[in-house]
Amino acid sequence: METKETLRAPESQKAHVVERPTDLNTIGGTISIEINDKKVSIPLGTTILDACKQNGIHIPTLCHHDDLCIAGVCRICVVEVEGMRTLQASCAFPITAPIKIKTSSTLVRKARRHIIDLMLSEHHGECYSCVKNNNCELQSLAKEYGVDSYTFGHIKESRYEIDKSSYSVIRDMDKCILCKRCVRTCIDLQEVGVLEAVNRGDKTTISTFMDKPLADVICINCGQCINRCPTGALHANDPSDDIWNAIDDPTKHVVIQTAPSPRAAIGEEFGLEAGHSMTYQLNTALRRIGFNAVFDTNFTADLTIMEEGTELLLRLYKALVQKDENVALPQFTSCSPGWVKYLEHFYPEYVDNLSSAKSPQQMFGALLKTYYAEKQGIDPKDIVSVAVMPCSAKKFECNRPEMQDSGYQDVDFGLTTRELAKMIKEAGIHLPEVEKSHFDSPFGDASGAGLIFGATGGVMEAAIRTVVELVLGIKVEDLFNNMNVMPVRGFEGIKYAELPLGDKVGEVPAILKSLVPNWDWLKGATLKVAVVHGTANAKKVMDDIKAGGKFSQCHFIEFMACPGGCLGGGGQPIPTNLEIRQKRAQAIYAEDSELELRKSHENEHVLKLYEEFIPEGPCSHKSHKLLHTHYTKRGKYIA
Amino acid sequence: MEMIEKTRKGPVIFSDYTQGESVKKLLAVSREDILFELRESKLKGRGGAGFPTATKWMLTAAAKSDKKYVICNADEGEPGTFKDRVLLQEYPELVFEGMVIGGYVVGADEGIVYLRGEYEYMYKNLLNYLDKMRSQNLLGKNILGKEGFNFDISIKLGAGAYVCGEETALIESLEGHRGEARNRPPFPVNTGFLGKPTTVNNVETLASIPHITVKGGEWFRQFGTDKSSGSKLLSISGDCNKPGVYELPFGIKITELLELVEAKDTKAVQIGGASGVCVPKAQFNRNISYEDVATGGSIMIFNETRSMIKVLKNFMEFFVEESCGQCTPCRIGNVKLLEGVEMIEQNNYTFSYINKLKELGKTMQVASKCGLGQSSPNSFISILDNFKDEIFNNSNGGNNGN
Repeated sequence: METKETLRAPESQKAHVVERPTDLNTIGGTISIEINDKKVSIPLGTTILDACKQNGIHIPTLCHHDDLCIAGVCRICVVEVEGMRTLQASCAFPITAPIKIKTSSTLVRKARRHIIDLMLSEHHGECYSCVKNNNCELQSLAKEYGVDSYTFGHIKESRYEIDKSSYSVIRDMDKCILCKRCVRTCIDLQEVGVLEAVNRGDKTTISTFMDKPLADVICINCGQCINRCPTGALHANDPSDDIWNAIDDPTKHVVIQTAPSPRAAIGEEFGLEAGHSMTYQLNTALRRIGFNAVFDTNFTADLTIMEEGTELLLRLYKALVQKDENVALPQFTSCSPGWVKYLEHFYPEYVDNLSSAKSPQQMFGALLKTYYAEKQGIDPKDIVSVAVMPCSAKKFECNRPEMQDSGYQDVDFGLTTRELAKMIKEAGIHLPEVEKSHFDSPFGDASGAGLIFGATGGVMEAAIRTVVELVLGIKVEDLFNNMNVMPVRGFEGIKYAELPLGDKVGEVPAILKSLVPNWDWLKGATLKVAVVHGTANAKKVMDDIKAGGKFSQCHFIEFMACPGGCLGGGGQPIPTNLEIRQKRAQAIYAEDSELELRKSHENEHVLKLYEEFIPEGPCSHKSHKLLHTHYTKRGKYIA
Repeated sequence: MEMIEKTRKGPVIFSDYTQGESVKKLLAVSREDILFELRESKLKGRGGAGFPTATKWMLTAAAKSDKKYVICNADEGEPGTFKDRVLLQEYPELVFEGMVIGGYVVGADEGIVYLRGEYEYMYKNLLNYLDKMRSQNLLGKNILGKEGFNFDISIKLGAGAYVCGEETALIESLEGHRGEARNRPPFPVNTGFLGKPTTVNNVETLASIPHITVKGGEWFRQFGTDKSSGSKLLSISGDCNKPGVYELPFGIKITELLELVEAKDTKAVQIGGASGVCVPKAQFNRNISYEDVATGGSIMIFNETRSMIKVLKNFMEFFVEESCGQCTPCRIGNVKLLEGVEMIEQNNYTFSYINKLKELGKTMQVASKCGLGQSSPNSFISILDNFKDEIFNNSNGGNNGN
């Protein structure tokens, strides 16, 4: 379970929090209350909001979000509690006495309508030109309460300049209603702390350090704030116009790679319940839109496992056999660009611990404008490379100056799930009704190991499936039932697992022969790994490593910036909550279990790529040139 | 240190008192004894809200914790209030000893004075005074030789936000956060400063306590009315000959007050500061008490020459600026009320819209998160109601009410 505890605030912020019981049954005792004259029994300590929800009574909310601590600031959820002079915010009121509640008295309805009217009076912008049109909580509320005119006027002029500085996140404060969900996301959920309220009274606004543009502060581009913004005040930097232009340009060869998480979630944009995978329908839709070729990012996820797994074994070899004291261990994964930037800002002294292997997106980018271009006889300058990602940070990643190893910008555009859904709708396609089709060659379909990258623990599981087989020479299913590495699955914030390797090791496979002579040095060793998602949890683990604690003894740690991993990324459909994220994870794991190919090192296309293009194998000179990268010690004082 | 000479006389707070007297008394009595006297005294919070002090201390005393705090709310920011300044400058022994007694009763060993930023000039003097108390062992470890009776006081300066006078915003500010009110429940008596049980008391409340400790609850209760025992320090300003700080028993009529301070041609009295109510001439026989017109101490007198719409505008401008900005009704509501005042001023309004704003004011009173937004519409509503002849006839040529 991704409990509240694992997503909890730093001590300094807890003051804001009314502790919600994480497990209502453990509080003990129930209490009898009256809601709208109806007697109901609820667990002691339940908030009025939850009590009403449990009894089928709808109370509107805005500042409340299931993933976040309580604010009680929008006041839209106020209800009448008998005997109290003022109305009470139901989200912030834990019930500890047998109270009587009225949820829609005249006073309550009038107050709510007033609050909506006040918000609308300062909400600048038109619905039809807004990215959140039809998915805006303020718009829905206005409809729910029958707003047909602006009682207290409507602001005519813009007050704030739109901050478009970031490759990832755009801030349009004219649309902000100051619910502070973004602030709580940034400070409390992610512990990054880029956004905070500044000024007072009617001049209150959400801003950054010294009101600097988002590109110049320590924003990690995770986009979690976007996912929780009730209005269009925060949205991703949308490249779809440029992509349409490229598609319309006959001289351009436009290719697209799709990551597993968008495929598991994009159905939600078309009215499906969370948890329906659209992988193969999407291939057809993308071709219909006009993409020249559709590839599976899982292919390079498999490649990442080969490179990153080899890198890990090499680091261990250097540290254990060659006694090289400069080897940075534990090795950290580097496929989450939000996490990478977080580390560069907050723990720059640890950049050497990051795997130098590029993320799957960037490996694909480098290959498309080299290997693929060569194979297809296309001039790489004419290739436009698009990546569909669940992620807003991927937009930043593809613009990193070091990501040009093909001689061009390796990936031209990072496109979020939401933006792709918009393009598909624009093309008049209803995704769920589209027939299925496969990915294009020469990369073809990929393994389930690459697929599960989308969920927290997935990279670790994929790595274990491969490393165990390469080193021990046994089948991973002999160790883990049905290949499912359960110890690294699940939504716990921080997972730790030990894997004793035993006394028997296998032969070194041909592809690694040039790097290590044998595995004898791993006999009797225990592989220690950890899986971490959400940067608040990453902070805990990094602080532990700094202090020389348990996690400093790990060999390999998977870090994902977003809660739930990529499937909870900042580019995914809105809304998000634990239940939705769990359903997306189920979809991903179910798809994996149905595949025949579920191990990266068994992916024939990957092996063929090595044979044809990087014959020296993983972590060789050429692989380093194309498939590896380096990082920047940013610290907190530079942009 | 230099102290201002005590020349004031009054029934309770300004009555005779010897420094250290109340703390000495503590050596012989239990916390229950003090709580008993406090309950007998019926002392209510002097900041304006009027919460029974004995109850607050009892709840804090009952809360289980390894650490508790006594906080003195010296963020005197209500427009027209300046009585805490007098207490801190002239009678610091009352305030600080009140905190020591509080520590003894609730089981806290740490007291913090949250001093209004604008009172920085008295900061040094107060620190010196605390040093003096330490040298007398009225503060520190084993106070006056009583084993395990430890209490010390520190002073923190505010940064000038009005909202930080609200106790939970004050605590937020003390913790180094934005001064914004918290959700209640939980209340500070259980979850206060740094999450520990905390009692937050006004300067004047604390200053009453040494007297009650020494002279008893019954003595205190003989002053004032049944529901408002004791006396009140009133900061009187505006159109009168003798403005200043007065100690008067609760229950005093507004007319008596005006006579005392030699106010002439009084049109209105704003009682309770910007967040209080504006009392018109016709109601001058009302009295100052929790049950009639309550006040944290601010009394502003306006004579016939004053324009009430300008008075109101001043108040609303104050609230627009001083709202902390976190909750919708207060942040935007005050802006709308101010806009309404400006419309009236410019004679560009409709009665139906002004009535809508009054309705909005009523929503703000019940739906705002803290006392600031809940009380900011008070003057809007009371001034427009009580002075409609002046305001609407003056501005729209006599077409009043149609």
